[in-house]
Amino acid sequence: MVLLSFGALVVAWHLGATIWPSRSFPAPLLVLQTFISETASGDLPYNLGITLCRVAASFVLAMLIGSVIGVLLGSHRRADQFFNPWVILFLNIPALVIIVLAYIWFGLNEAAAIGAVALNKIPNVVVTMREGTRALDPRYAEMAQVYRFNALDRLRHILIPQLQPYIAAASRSGISLIWKIVLVVELLGRSNGVGFQINLFFQLFDVAAILAYTLAFVAVMLFIELVVVQPLEHTSTRWRRSAA
Amino acid sequence: MNTHQLAGVAARLKVNLEEKTFHSSNSGTIEVLRDLRFEVEQNEFACILGPSGCGKTTTLRILLGLDSDYHGSIQLPGLADARIGAVFQEPMLLPWRTVEQNVRLAMPRPMRETNLDSLFSTLGLSKMRNFYPAELSLGLARRAAIARALAIEPDILLLDEPFVSLDESTAQQLRHMLLSVWSERPTTALMVTHNLQEAIMLADRIIVLSERPAHVIGTFDIRLPRNYRNEQVKADLLRSFNEKFAGVRNAP
Repeated sequence: MVLLSFGALVVAWHLGATIWPSRSFPAPLLVLQTFISETASGDLPYNLGITLCRVAASFVLAMLIGSVIGVLLGSHRRADQFFNPWVILFLNIPALVIIVLAYIWFGLNEAAAIGAVALNKIPNVVVTMREGTRALDPRYAEMAQVYRFNALDRLRHILIPQLQPYIAAASRSGISLIWKIVLVVELLGRSNGVGFQINLFFQLFDVAAILAYTLAFVAVMLFIELVVVQPLEHTSTRWRRSAA
Repeated sequence: MNTHQLAGVAARLKVNLEEKTFHSSNSGTIEVLRDLRFEVEQNEFACILGPSGCGKTTTLRILLGLDSDYHGSIQLPGLADARIGAVFQEPMLLPWRTVEQNVRLAMPRPMRETNLDSLFSTLGLSKMRNFYPAELSLGLARRAAIARALAIEPDILLLDEPFVSLDESTAQQLRHMLLSVWSERPTTALMVTHNLQEAIMLADRIIVLSERPAHVIGTFDIRLPRNYRNEQVKADLLRSFNEKFAGVRNAP
């Protein structure tokens, strides 16, 4: 079904490109040729790899920091009341502003790039994880206290399983947001990565190459979703499926 | 404010709660316990019996260490740090872990690899070890909770109405199972209940509490071993209990 749906889209695209031939609207075959030549030259795998590393680094950073802050705010009412305006403020600062400021303050380097992307995502993670923490069942924590669970066991067996749906939600929305922001960061201040390449092709008006890079990246993300995220989710929610 | 005495070799449970008050959000206060004093001897099975809402569960929560806002002192049996086996009103099993994982997680690290075959088979859980709690009936989940409480070889066993909201035959089956696992390794036990028949079947001693604020009205000792308590004996015990506490408590 998925294949059929994508197939129909490609056919429609091909028909459109045949009826209205234009340099700025290349046919799918031309995009495929560009993809192959870019892959053969090594440019595409290299830049794709760089971008993926940045996405992964920002994602891990944002999820870790955001989860810790979210759990703390969710479990301490006072701290939440105090810091809530900050969260709202950061939620509403445009991604572009954070990126530009990060480059101005910390220079055009990798740390500034990854930090800026993570900073864009952190408030979202905080909000989701804060909701998750508020929904925790205190009786499990009491059970753990009576049976003297140590800190690691509480984290692994009490906290994370209860937060799992919220972690999944934050990751899902996070990965798509982060990769879009990573491209902007690369476009503005890096000399490699998919975003940089797209800027280059933009100046050359090479739409086929732009599409080749974009589709390659989307394909990778789709692969991660189908092969990593969904099976993982299936395993971790196994206990839910067979309710008596 | 309170002294949580754990030191000493005394193997009995001593409860001396002077006062426990709940503060509601609109600045009202409810006094739940007032001068509640009782002791449970080593390896004695005691039941706390009292009208609903009298503070039985609150007393148990204090003993479990979940509520430290009270005046008075408690002394748990065992050396220094008493190990508590708790059975809550709800089974409180972790739904994302199997029955066996739930039991083993509660055990102290050095005991985690202990063989639990006989415990699971006494409780009729041998085939359920790899089931998730959502796949179990309430009765089975309760058994798993009892297994968890006993697997840690507790110094004291605290049970909060463990047979409530089960049909009578299931509850009776569970009571027999609890007795057989408890008898294999007797330990000081305190069970909260509002079911007099249940208390007469299980307990060495019944501690009767008053209406709120709760204090002990009296105790009812049953010296007869449990295997001699047939229907006739239980009926006699019930009658003498009702004579002793006539008018103080509602009929069962």
